[in-house]
Amino acid sequence: MDAREQLHVLGRTGDYPPFAGKIREIHKHPLTAKGIDIVQINLGKRCNLSCRHCHVEAGPERSEVMTQPVLEKCLEILQSSPISTIDITGGAPEMNPHLEWFLAGAAGLERRLIVRSNLTLLGEEPYRHFLDVFVQNKVEIVTSLPDYVEAKSDRQRGAGVFRKIIAAMRELNSRGYGMPGSGLVIDIVHNPVGAYLPGTQAALEHEYRARLLSDHGVHFNQLFCLTNLPVGRYLDYLIASDNFEDYLSTLCQSFNPAAVDNVMCLTTLSVGWNGLLYDCDFNQMLGLTVNHGAPNNIMDFDIEKLKNREIVINNHCYGCVAGCGSSCQGATTVA
Amino acid sequence: MSYYEPKDLADFPNIGEWAAEQGNKFFEYYGAATGAGKLTEREKLLIALAVAMTQNCPYCIDAYTTKCLSLGIGSEEMMEAAHVGAAMMAGVTLAHTTQMRKIIKKKEM
Repeated sequence: MDAREQLHVLGRTGDYPPFAGKIREIHKHPLTAKGIDIVQINLGKRCNLSCRHCHVEAGPERSEVMTQPVLEKCLEILQSSPISTIDITGGAPEMNPHLEWFLAGAAGLERRLIVRSNLTLLGEEPYRHFLDVFVQNKVEIVTSLPDYVEAKSDRQRGAGVFRKIIAAMRELNSRGYGMPGSGLVIDIVHNPVGAYLPGTQAALEHEYRARLLSDHGVHFNQLFCLTNLPVGRYLDYLIASDNFEDYLSTLCQSFNPAAVDNVMCLTTLSVGWNGLLYDCDFNQMLGLTVNHGAPNNIMDFDIEKLKNREIVINNHCYGCVAGCGSSCQGATTVA
Repeated sequence: MSYYEPKDLADFPNIGEWAAEQGNKFFEYYGAATGAGKLTEREKLLIALAVAMTQNCPYCIDAYTTKCLSLGIGSEEMMEAAHVGAAMMAGVTLAHTTQMRKIIKKKEM
């Protein structure tokens, strides 16, 4: 489904108001950014995996990859702006040929530097050296592990993926990642393997920690719960499994007004592979660039116009404010 | 229209209608009883799921199966909980044969 079709499908909220109307009811419309703390850079849609829940619809066949001039512009902006966090995502970031160069430049800026890696490439050439590149640049690693049960995790991400992740985590642990006092951080993202919302983050983190340690001898720092937003392949799955209406209703019913104040778009700017600017990675996949007078291309970056921009919203936004809230840093409210 | 409709599960927060005071007290109690305490949230969910099935409540089965999935509780664990409920129902039935057997023994020559 292309972005326009996805937005059309997302219009079917049934008995529930569109997201804009819902936040207007609680006097929180329009949503307005509170500055830019995080720049999330999507290096491209190329990936070695084709996960069933991927909102990017990334895969080996995708050719969209961020170029060096766009990355240079990102570095220039980061150097001149008080932005605390550089958050690199994809696709598989390692498959962008400029990643190593970019990490060296970004590390020199002494900001919080995050790479969202599926880890599965770290066991094979020509990517193994990233195990050390991440250490050298003190990169915080965030990796997706939908479940601590191999069969369940692999149902979403593909056969054999779980074992590759565990093998890479062991190597990273041996280099200090996830170990007390090392200063090297590896966090895990949990997202449901099906058409339901994530449970309590603290309870799931407790279970992940116990199971991964006892079954696989693996350590990590924090667990982040992410709600699957009905975008990309996950939307296809919901429709194909006849779960779409129920799922969207669940998101609407679970609307949490407190989570509206903590949505990540209020402090994040998302950069697409071609330099276009978005309020979040989900808007990026729906083709919803920043709007309302803010420049929508990195080449026209203007922090004064972007830092208090009005956020572009649609009905998928219900996903970030359902239950305990959801963001790239996990739940946004305490259960 | 059927008596049990899945979408009616969303009406659960409204069961205090026309009796708000009792409804509010129920929800306060419900939250306190089902939230994590000495028992973990996972343990309480499995208890609730087993009770839901023994009581044939389709709303509770829907709600608690989904909650169990959300907390990463596996299908094998849920099925074990169901068997605890099934065994209890069988045991409760058979334990009551004590009354039956006592009466039979008293009344038969």
